[in-house]
Amino acid sequence: MSWINARRRRPAAGYAALLLGLVVVALVYGSLTSRGGTEASAAVGAQQDITAGKELFQANCSSCHGLEAQGTSQGPSLIGTGAAAVYFQMSTGRMPAKEVGSENERKPVTFSPRQIEDIAGYVASLGGGPEIPTPEQVSTEGADTARGSQLFSANCAQCHGFAGAGGALTYGKDAPPLTESTPTQIYTAMLTGPESMPVFSDGALSPQAKRDIIAYITQTRVEPNPGGFSLGRTGPVTEGLVIFLGGLGFLVLISMWITAKRRDPRPTGPTGTERK
Amino acid sequence: MSDMEETEGAEGTESPGAPHRVIGTPPPSPRLLGSAPVAEEHGAVALVSDSEEFAEHIDGLPPDDPEVVVHGRRAERVVAACFIIAFIAGCGFVAAYVGLGVHTVDKTLRSNLALGLSMSVTLLALGLGTLIWVRHLMPNVEATQQRHDLRSDEKERQATEAYFKEGTANSQFVKRPLVRRTLMLGTLPLLAAPVVLLRDMGPQPGTSLRHTVWSPGRRLLVQGTNRPITPAEFSAPGSMITIVPDGYEDNQDALTKAAVILIKFRPGELRIPTRHQGSTLVGTMNWTVDNIVAYSKICTHVGCPVALYEQTTHHILCPCHQSTFEATTGATVIFGPASRPLPQLPLTTDAQGYLVAKRDFTEPVGPSFWERG
Amino acid sequence: MSRPAVNSDTDFEVSKPLKGTAGWLDDRFGGARGVRTYLLRKVYPDHWSFLLGEIALYSFIILLLTGTFLSFFFVPSMTEVTYHGSYMKLDGIKMSEAYASTLRISFDVRGGLLIRQIHHWAADLFVASLMIHMLRVFFTGAYRKPREVNWLIGIGLFTLALIEGLFGYSLPDDQLSGAGLRIFEGVLQGGIPIVGTYLAYFLFGGPFPGHDIVPRMYVIHILLIPAILLALITAHIFIMFWQKHTQMPAKGNTERNVTGQPSYPYFIAKTSAWFIFIFGALALLSTFAQINPIWLYGPYSPVAISSASQPDFYMGILEGSLRVMPAWEWNFLGHTITFSVLIPFIAPLTIILGGAAVWPWFERWATGDKTFHHINDRPRNAPVRTGIGIAAVVFYGVLWIEGANDVVADKLQIPLYTVTWIARVAVIAGPIIAYFITKRICLGLQRKDRNELLHGYESGIIRQLPDGEFIEVHQPVNEERLAVIEAKKVPALLPGPGSEDDNGVPAPSARGVLGKARAAANRAFAETIPLEADGHGNGHHGNGHAVTGEEHEAVGTPGSTALPPGEGTEE
Repeated sequence: MSWINARRRRPAAGYAALLLGLVVVALVYGSLTSRGGTEASAAVGAQQDITAGKELFQANCSSCHGLEAQGTSQGPSLIGTGAAAVYFQMSTGRMPAKEVGSENERKPVTFSPRQIEDIAGYVASLGGGPEIPTPEQVSTEGADTARGSQLFSANCAQCHGFAGAGGALTYGKDAPPLTESTPTQIYTAMLTGPESMPVFSDGALSPQAKRDIIAYITQTRVEPNPGGFSLGRTGPVTEGLVIFLGGLGFLVLISMWITAKRRDPRPTGPTGTERK
Repeated sequence: MSDMEETEGAEGTESPGAPHRVIGTPPPSPRLLGSAPVAEEHGAVALVSDSEEFAEHIDGLPPDDPEVVVHGRRAERVVAACFIIAFIAGCGFVAAYVGLGVHTVDKTLRSNLALGLSMSVTLLALGLGTLIWVRHLMPNVEATQQRHDLRSDEKERQATEAYFKEGTANSQFVKRPLVRRTLMLGTLPLLAAPVVLLRDMGPQPGTSLRHTVWSPGRRLLVQGTNRPITPAEFSAPGSMITIVPDGYEDNQDALTKAAVILIKFRPGELRIPTRHQGSTLVGTMNWTVDNIVAYSKICTHVGCPVALYEQTTHHILCPCHQSTFEATTGATVIFGPASRPLPQLPLTTDAQGYLVAKRDFTEPVGPSFWERG
Repeated sequence: MSRPAVNSDTDFEVSKPLKGTAGWLDDRFGGARGVRTYLLRKVYPDHWSFLLGEIALYSFIILLLTGTFLSFFFVPSMTEVTYHGSYMKLDGIKMSEAYASTLRISFDVRGGLLIRQIHHWAADLFVASLMIHMLRVFFTGAYRKPREVNWLIGIGLFTLALIEGLFGYSLPDDQLSGAGLRIFEGVLQGGIPIVGTYLAYFLFGGPFPGHDIVPRMYVIHILLIPAILLALITAHIFIMFWQKHTQMPAKGNTERNVTGQPSYPYFIAKTSAWFIFIFGALALLSTFAQINPIWLYGPYSPVAISSASQPDFYMGILEGSLRVMPAWEWNFLGHTITFSVLIPFIAPLTIILGGAAVWPWFERWATGDKTFHHINDRPRNAPVRTGIGIAAVVFYGVLWIEGANDVVADKLQIPLYTVTWIARVAVIAGPIIAYFITKRICLGLQRKDRNELLHGYESGIIRQLPDGEFIEVHQPVNEERLAVIEAKKVPALLPGPGSEDDNGVPAPSARGVLGKARAAANRAFAETIPLEADGHGNGHHGNGHAVTGEEHEAVGTPGSTALPPGEGTEE
């Protein structure tokens, strides 16, 4: 009889099979789910081809935003929104939007960085607005991460969570997690206030303050969790789930084992133990 | 009745039936708490013997049965292995403590992992070994123990009541009301002492809840950068920022009431009605500058910072309990448990063009309270 | 085969030091009999649900041990300092000494983070195990005479544990717990009429946050409440020790005995293993599951707040009730009373804990049952009690989940206000529906028991009768199972309406509003499925349901699917 067959009827065999099944499912799921999000590269340079941008705009954006970006019932006017807004929306894949009116979420990018730059340049030429920051402007070298944490705490955490894990807004909207945004995307988001997010103009939050916040976000999201798995960095809700399902669940199983009837080798006789 | 006589007779003398004592011999062992009364000649219950109280029997094959012997040897080896693993892990714990330092996040992670893992393995291995020991090496004993009446028997109850009555009578507590009442009178102030002594735990609130540190001409500073701000710097519609009062940037006691949220609107969006509470003006368009409005950031529900601003809906949402305020109409409540709108801070500009407060809030900030009005 | 528990391997001498010490102590204190009766031979019953209270007890011990370690490093002061420690991301930030010392414990003390995490996980486990222990005691009726005092002590322990945990996690003065304290102060100030502002100012030593709350909470957390807890736990265990534990219905278990295993060495070994397992589970959690990462929350600032700001889970019911309430405030004569704060503060815990406290007496009043109970009820045999218990659990649970409503909205993609609206409806409708469903389930399980008793259990053996019909052979239950099923006590009916004597005078206990209410409660409590094979002859069951089908026929009746006795019933 094979090794497995000999142990098939052991009481622990069921638990072992269950554990094996869980591990296999976890491994398969983990390998199949992608990490999500494409790496949007930073703005390349200030040389934007406005003519090319206009062609791209009219081919891909004008159906909702109008041929002159003046806006239609499907999409708002882009005159005055600036290159930065275009950069943010397109480099995160939010634009072109999937549906009209719904909240736009990060999705795979359909345009190359060059094309995004060109469209941004075209929109900027229509009415001005905030520009795409240069790499120096978003560099976190020398940034005061400590001050960034205080600024983030007071202005960003209430929507995005204390560590940038995201949070709920009203009417089904949510503030996304900040795990994938590049420094330029964070900067342009603060500058232009996409969708429900308020605007943090350079007059209110200086460029240095923005760099401090970017430093805080980028540092925090790669910071290891010294206490173990982070449990989502959402706070006590997941901790409570873990103590009940994990902690108590495990202990209840152990308590059942401690008090289980013993299966000692016994002589054949009437079923059930007998008492004197 | 006869019980009382016997009890009285027994007081102060040797209990009848106890052995006559010679000097130097120890007295009979005292009654254990809860054990049945010592046998007396006057019809009390005899000490319960072990065999009446307990009964144990073992299930399973006898210990010299070859199956049991083999099983026992195997179990012994498993238990020993568990304990040896515990030993090794325990040594690992000490080694990890000595060898691994902390002081950075990465090192702390490593140290926590090493110390925690070795501690867990030690404990779980010890527990596992002990459990297998009980379940596979010790015999399968089942025992029964008798319960005794919890209630004392009637004679004991009566004896206790009788002695209590006698003692109370002897204390004259019942017979002398003057003593009794003046005793209670005398101790009464002492009971008030804890209440009195705790008075200095805190100041009386007085009118402090009605005011904040905002005063005429006090500049609005951007929290975190502590720089003042002009309307021109805050000109992008949809802007929102957290504001602290000049001079109190780090004063947590002041900020708990004085934190302000500043919002910029497009022309025509702001429609704050002129609002009074009683005779006091509490909201008006005149308190805005350039479509910039300042509301108290302290939620009127229970005081969390009401910080979530949704640019598209103009809703200010408090993340604590979801009280929602409509920013274009004077922060009126549109959902949630808050009962009052956010107070509006009257704004104007100073000579240098920076945004300053015209005066303090005209109504108390934050959660309501009994004396609020 | 069973035999007397006499071990013939006793051919060794008790070691001299041990025997000598025992003798030395006995000379001075006596108690050889007590040691034997109470420490060595005392019998402990062996059901897994009886180990839940021990989780709480051992968690408490672990809390004391880890808490002592932490108290050597924690600084309970709100004095502002500028941080220049190991956690570089906060370098230069002003924070309280309490927060700075907690960072130091986490990053500058070897094992500090581990002990901090064990302490916090143990606190969560302490409260969680208290909850399920209380539920176990409630659903098995173990709070009945003579254990009412222990039940009340238990409720006191639970209440103190809640406060102890609240103060404990608020000590580090971080952003998350500071927001919780702000809410606490707002509730005191805003919710309590007349004295609210005074209470808030006295507790906090002035306006919020002040400089006094952390040192005051520290003293309450490490001295006052642990002392009271220790005293109450000792009383709780001593009473349980003295009255002896209850036991589950089983063969050989009567109201006059306790069956299980002797203390020495069996129970002592098992409970030691249990303690070690609990400690080990906590250590495992603290190695792999990060809890309360205060360095990510940042030091407390009253101008900042995070989304997903929840207190520890045991405060969730209060948080949820604050979120579920709509706005409600009265202004009159220069005074304000805010019901949307007062009601959440007072109502949920009063309903649950107050209801639990008076429950033993309510049940006594409703059932008229004044006897001792040392055998537990199976929950199915007490449908009203179980139903009301589940209703309370649903009430608690709805508010608890509502406390996490923004996390629920975010993770499950449900609009935020919709979650609150669902909770507003469910907090009333949920318990009512749960009560009725639970009661029906219990009565259904009682019917199942009765069927098992009368018709035996399905053995899995399919048999073909000579005429070609297939039947499943039923075996009568064995003696153990029989004892469990038959351990149901039939609740007595008090005199109620219809119990008038010949002159039309109702029984004293059934008169008046209270009397009628009592009679109604009594009838509800007395609803049960009797175990006897009644109603088979005339085609009706006692509760008015008609007999349907031949499967209701008793064993031995011609045409039944069960085999007659003597044929294939015993292997």
